[in-house]
Amino acid sequence: MTSNEGGAPRRLRFEIFRYNPEDPGSNPQMQTYELDEAPYMSLFIALNQIRETLDPSLQFDFACRSAICGSCGMMVNGRPALGCRTLTSDLPDVIRLHPLPVFKLIGDLSVDTGTWFREMVEKSEAWIHAEEAFDPEAQEARMDDELAQAIYEGERCIECGCCVASCGVANVNEDFTGPAGLNRIARFMMDPRDKRSDADWFEVVSNADGVFGCLGMMACHDVCPKELPLLEVYAYLRRKTLAAAFAGKEE
Amino acid sequence: MSSDLISTDVLVIGGGLAGERCAIEAAAAGHKVLILSLVPPRRSHSCAAQGGMQAALGNCVKADGDNPTVHFLDTVRGSDWGADQEVARIFTEEAPVAVRELAHLGVPWTRVRGGKNSYVIKGERVEIEESIENDGLIMHRDFGGTAKWRACYAAAATGHAALYAIDSEVVRLGITVRDRTEAVELIHEGGRCQGAVARCLRTGKHFAVVAKATVIATGGYGRIYGQYTTNATINEGMGAVIALNTGAVPLGNMEAVQFHPTALAPSNILVTEGCRGDGAYLLDKDLNRFMVDAEPEKQELASRDVVSRHMKQRMRDGKGVDTPYGPHLWLDLRHLGEQHLTTKLREVWEICRDFVGLDPARDLIPVQPTQHYSMGGVRVNKDGQAYNMSGLFAAGEAACWDMHGFNRLGGNSLAETVVAGRIVGRRVAEFVADKDFEIQTSVAFAAMKKAERRAAEWLNRTGSGPSVYAIRNAMGETMMGKVGIFRNGEELEEAVAEITHLLAECDKAVLRSRVPGMNPELTFALRLKGMLRLALVTAKGALLRTESRGAHYRSDYPLRNDAEWLSRTLVRWADDEGEPTFSYEPVGEIDLPPGHRGYGSDERIEMRESLEQYNDGVYERQAVHGRLATVEAAGSRLRRGEWKGLV
Repeated sequence: MTSNEGGAPRRLRFEIFRYNPEDPGSNPQMQTYELDEAPYMSLFIALNQIRETLDPSLQFDFACRSAICGSCGMMVNGRPALGCRTLTSDLPDVIRLHPLPVFKLIGDLSVDTGTWFREMVEKSEAWIHAEEAFDPEAQEARMDDELAQAIYEGERCIECGCCVASCGVANVNEDFTGPAGLNRIARFMMDPRDKRSDADWFEVVSNADGVFGCLGMMACHDVCPKELPLLEVYAYLRRKTLAAAFAGKEE
Repeated sequence: MSSDLISTDVLVIGGGLAGERCAIEAAAAGHKVLILSLVPPRRSHSCAAQGGMQAALGNCVKADGDNPTVHFLDTVRGSDWGADQEVARIFTEEAPVAVRELAHLGVPWTRVRGGKNSYVIKGERVEIEESIENDGLIMHRDFGGTAKWRACYAAAATGHAALYAIDSEVVRLGITVRDRTEAVELIHEGGRCQGAVARCLRTGKHFAVVAKATVIATGGYGRIYGQYTTNATINEGMGAVIALNTGAVPLGNMEAVQFHPTALAPSNILVTEGCRGDGAYLLDKDLNRFMVDAEPEKQELASRDVVSRHMKQRMRDGKGVDTPYGPHLWLDLRHLGEQHLTTKLREVWEICRDFVGLDPARDLIPVQPTQHYSMGGVRVNKDGQAYNMSGLFAAGEAACWDMHGFNRLGGNSLAETVVAGRIVGRRVAEFVADKDFEIQTSVAFAAMKKAERRAAEWLNRTGSGPSVYAIRNAMGETMMGKVGIFRNGEELEEAVAEITHLLAECDKAVLRSRVPGMNPELTFALRLKGMLRLALVTAKGALLRTESRGAHYRSDYPLRNDAEWLSRTLVRWADDEGEPTFSYEPVGEIDLPPGHRGYGSDERIEMRESLEQYNDGVYERQAVHGRLATVEAAGSRLRRGEWKGLV
């Protein structure tokens, strides 16, 4: 679907959600822009071109433009995606862009993921709970490389919010930990440097706002730009918390 | 106090690794800390560092015998003797501690696998038996310009993992972060910094933050090269700008700009040096591995300045692959195998798939050298204290500390962020602990009024002037075209004239949008003049430095000239002055005498004076330029001569 070989480039029609909460005269609406497609054109390139040549007031977020920083989550034709790594050649002639739901709107395509993720980290205490303070004189504690790789797998989440936006539960229950939150918890749970007990973890995840709130629709798994194995993450969390529950019963 | 004036003990400008690590140190000492960040901290550009963090742990066979002294030698040679050697010393000694601290905080470092391991070294696949004794310790990979494998890594997401660990600690300590906030003006009077004026990028409103100590940790200024940079869109150098605007604080070595050999063509997204560290080749259009002849000893793993020049020359010789976007060369990763690429270089594999639709296990990857790192920045002493401005500190890429001199080694910047964060943070904590501080709200409000006037002036300007984006694009073309990898007097003169013209154009530019709120066009317009000022001092500094050193290469002065240019460029330029003022200070006390780097050219103009003469009174000669006294005596950490057994 990329520009015709040697022929005229494809004319792309962007329908973009517009609303500026800081402007009393602004009302939520869709606005249309047209651009000629270029080779390797991403939504990063297209949106900047729209802002610089057609409408300087358009708000959106990009930083690294290489799918690493997680700034540019947006709804692309109804599906959450990172704008920077979405190529127009993979999209039809009409491209509809909306801000991610769940997160507070800042303006147009820009949403406040920062506040949401900070609260998630605070709520789940998503940091290593070490027993001892760091000893600058000591050699590092050893870790099996296989385990380091397994932790790294979950660590790869870039908190773009695509999974949260796609989640039916997160869209209706604002206390739901959300896919990214559950993934982060699982990452710390499997890390031997974190000394929280199974009982501690049980408190964090074993409720309707935690892993048992998930209805298993798994849109998160489908939309994750980093292809995190969220299906396996939830299975791991359920298994661990159920084991903790049974262990508690036996005591 | 009204809501447009808040106070704190420590104000940290920039929520990347250096700023956050600094904030942790100050908060842990019991001080009230506020971090301002353009983006949520985890989206800072530190997250984009891929391949590794240099620390001489010496854990694997190819790192055997490594220690901070070997790391020191590599760093000083890499800097082409432009570095402050005491700072390089402090850094290399503290780096192992900083890396281990990150392990403590949760970074999933790749670990040593005891037993047989298969590596690609200088084009050969070799099997090496890692000792069982070291199994599970932090692993290293090879990087450019180093004698040992030293880069500690978490696949190709090392910066991401480090940033998340450090930011988690910031949250754990309850440090306040105001994201989507930009510092636009320093509050200062009589050589004492009192905080900064900030602009909220949600509402467009200004407010003042009064602080006992202020830390600039805003990263680099790669975006003065327009699109020709691996840097994020947020790396516009505003920390350097607000320091320069004071007229008191000098920026150091602004002409020292690093070009990374392997940016993905044509988008300029970074492809880590870890690829070549793990054995990838550079090929020209005839699939010839030209670096083997160019640098027989280090091959693809010479320093970045040297490799970038060979690549650029290769393309000038017509050996690049021509495309409508210009020529590029190839990075060949195919022989590393899919298993290696999808684990240890996973982020590279993803970038190739997502942005050029290629599979590095099967396809060659198009690469070209592109602006990557700013060795220059806010000139500080070894405590991170800015020259000429008490209470102002800087750390990380925003600072010219100066351990990189004229060329930074790969993996040394990520390590610098946390090392400098620890050290400068400690000094900041000490500074605020024993400082009585009288708040003069009049100074703060005057600074705020100035910032508000600047925004109002943009909004009030009417007519048909040029667009801010057109000026930015022209700046990028000039900088990459004439202040790039190969420089010469004629083109640099043109660059200075062109940027000077763009500065005048900037004063005539007119906004197309006047929407209330943050107004993205206004937000960029407010940065543009500062970016042009950085571009001008970079171009002019390059014009004045009539020698070649590290990444600063003059075709008309191709030799390093230790007789005349063993110095650090300093530039001051108040925002109400017409012209920047350049001066030169000694690089610092020299312990390792200038010599051959071990790669690149072995020709140079030798020092005329003896080392003793150079070092005599060196700290006094720096003090003349505004270097403030340090907590520990100058030179006290140098460990003079300790390298002698190793050379």
